[in-house]
Amino acid sequence: MLYRENGQFKTTYRQDQQMLPILQDRIFMALLLAFVFVGAPLVFSDYFFLSILIPFLILSLAALGLNLLVGYCGQISIGHAAFMSVGAYAAYNLVLRIPQLNFLVVLVLAGLIAALVGLLFGIPSLRIRGLYLAVATLAAQFFMDWTFARVKWFTNYAPSGSVSTATIDIFGWQVNSPVRKYLFLAAVVTVFAVLAKNLVRSHMGRAWMAMRDMDVAAEVIGIRPVYAKLTAFGVSSFYVGVAGALWGFVHLGSWEPLAFNITLSLNLLFMIIIGGMGSILGSFFGAFFIVALPILLNRAPDWIGIDLSTAMVSHMESMIFGALIVFFLIVEPQGLARLWAIGKEKLRLWPFPH
Amino acid sequence: MKLVEKMRVLAVSAGAVAAVVAVTASGPVQAADKEQFFPALVYRTGAYAPNGVPFANGYIDYLKLVNARDGGINGVKITYEECETGYATDRGVECYERLKGKGPTGATVFQPLSTGITFALTDKAPKDKIPLVTAGYGRADSVDGTVFKWNFPLGGTYWDAADILIQHVGKLEGGLDKLKGKKIALVYHDSPYGKEPIPLLQERSKMHGFELLLLPVTHPGVEQKATWLQIRQQRPDYVFLWGWGVMNSTSIKEAVATGYPRDKMYGVWWSGAEPDVIPAGDGAKGYHALTFLAPAGQGQVHKDMIKYVYDKGQGTGKKEEIGEVLYNRGMVSAMMGVEGVKRAQTRYGKKPLKGEQVRWGLENLALDAAAIKKLGFEGFMDPIQTTCVDHEGSHSAHVETWDGKKWSVTAGPYESDLQIIKPIIRASAAKYAAEKHVTPRDCAKEASM
Repeated sequence: MLYRENGQFKTTYRQDQQMLPILQDRIFMALLLAFVFVGAPLVFSDYFFLSILIPFLILSLAALGLNLLVGYCGQISIGHAAFMSVGAYAAYNLVLRIPQLNFLVVLVLAGLIAALVGLLFGIPSLRIRGLYLAVATLAAQFFMDWTFARVKWFTNYAPSGSVSTATIDIFGWQVNSPVRKYLFLAAVVTVFAVLAKNLVRSHMGRAWMAMRDMDVAAEVIGIRPVYAKLTAFGVSSFYVGVAGALWGFVHLGSWEPLAFNITLSLNLLFMIIIGGMGSILGSFFGAFFIVALPILLNRAPDWIGIDLSTAMVSHMESMIFGALIVFFLIVEPQGLARLWAIGKEKLRLWPFPH
Repeated sequence: MKLVEKMRVLAVSAGAVAAVVAVTASGPVQAADKEQFFPALVYRTGAYAPNGVPFANGYIDYLKLVNARDGGINGVKITYEECETGYATDRGVECYERLKGKGPTGATVFQPLSTGITFALTDKAPKDKIPLVTAGYGRADSVDGTVFKWNFPLGGTYWDAADILIQHVGKLEGGLDKLKGKKIALVYHDSPYGKEPIPLLQERSKMHGFELLLLPVTHPGVEQKATWLQIRQQRPDYVFLWGWGVMNSTSIKEAVATGYPRDKMYGVWWSGAEPDVIPAGDGAKGYHALTFLAPAGQGQVHKDMIKYVYDKGQGTGKKEEIGEVLYNRGMVSAMMGVEGVKRAQTRYGKKPLKGEQVRWGLENLALDAAAIKKLGFEGFMDPIQTTCVDHEGSHSAHVETWDGKKWSVTAGPYESDLQIIKPIIRASAAKYAAEKHVTPRDCAKEASM
């Protein structure tokens, strides 16, 4: 009843092209942003910020980056944690070696370095596709793991191979408390999400989608595969690199190459599969599912008041989590974002579906 | 009709959601007053569970014992809560955040039993003012209390361990100078834990002229064929094993398969417990490892444990497992935390203490032989004496050997050579301080305060 666009007429092209054409969506988004930036810091505890929201935001950004490549351009990558590690180590080395750089600049540079590496590993995509490409991207994963574990320069000759970072300082604003970390991340992720939303509606995004749907046809209508595929790899790696730098600096504080191993790559892939391929919103859903659900499952017995042994809780967590993944994929193979879209569709008709 | 049905479904689901919310809101009731909260980061599942479980049992059992036998720490009851980390750094950090604020005074001390988690928590502990006890693991450079104010690698670090192993094989060869031209392989878990001894071994290799082979094994360590192929080709004179969990028993099995003599293999103290050798069967006979003192067995404290905890049906593990290597080490770790609180109580009063106050207790720990005997740990640990500068307190270890049935001490005690270790510690700690913008404390000034 409330969610209906009746009477909202578009009289200019500009109105027709806006990001959120329906008034209710705009109100919802405004409320959401108000909650994210004003409400959340007042409501949530430090634990919630540090253990759930901060990892959720960073991994959303990473999933978003991967989604641009896999969901929009149709190039499968199972090596994206490698580009995260490139971003993280690039940022570490930039901060270490050029301490006067502002962290925002470092973040962008780290993203650009990751984008370069991404381009390099994207070259095989010009020749191979599908699962074969996935296997080729796996090379990125192992190559980067090896590089950061063995080339000592990247870790500043730390004996254990573990690097740690200093507090982030942005124009005198110290990102040191959980709330500040959260706000900083929320701002970064919002900017990047808006950019991504616009990017996929631009000529570049349309080229990616054409390439995804049928590459031969796309080539026939004048889209250069080299351009489309490599930009997708570059932009995707840029996003993921920024996410990696944030993961290292804001979330972990100190890390070893193991923090960006293949498990993380697979998790990113699961996020977009569960959240929804080719959907900006889906990246957020998927990240929340993968980040928060295991922790909530782990704590649930305690909240409900069931006294289980630590090992039992841990086993239950894995079992229920696995079962839920299977459940969601059966109910809606196109991901949680699709469920959301269906919900919106239904809401428009509600309460008179016929 | 259809509409009514839908409304009903909606109402039911809304009710269900409300019920769940109501249940979640009413968490366990916290009893305040005289309680000291001990968080327990454990791993009872995953690839490292065979080693994590006995340690966790020993840790929890000792806390139970203090409550049952002494009525708490000078009348302050101990409370505890476990959190499963699975040896994963991210989950460890989550557990830390979950438990740090519990209890009337917050978490007393964290003991993560993982070098990776220690690295992550080293950054967080100073902000929350909670000490970190890493007895026999963690960052070796955190011995330097001027930079690492909140870290306590009590009883030994990996640099001590590596140093002592070199001293031992040097002695076997008839002098450290005889190591010239020898080959020593380090088979290590490819993580901060396994990499930690490398700088010290490199330093020693430069001094004595032996060749150091570095052979990493990736987590979790069940695949070591390539590593042991290299050992077969290179034929090192000694193999040092820096493994954890299934990696240890796999290494010993691979040594059997490649025919590498087990009595030339030396494990760090985390590679010398029952779960490491028993899966390898008879093949493990003759394998050595480091140990702090008596590896396994029972003393006075174990008798108390059986009497006060297990006979009352309160034990965490199985009664037969009391006195295993890792069980004992869990107990000793818990004891160090409890003694830190006791020491701090002498200054701040017999009441629940904050992490900050316990930190002072840990920094002024004085466990001499008499105190250890009184606690019932005679023969299970060396005296520990910490100061503002030295957060380790003891630098000795022994060598133990597995005879197919039990571990027994066969050599030692050895003292690590501080002449060699100290400069590396100082350099590494200074580098950390520079990277993290930490200003080292002035211990002389604090002592006079």
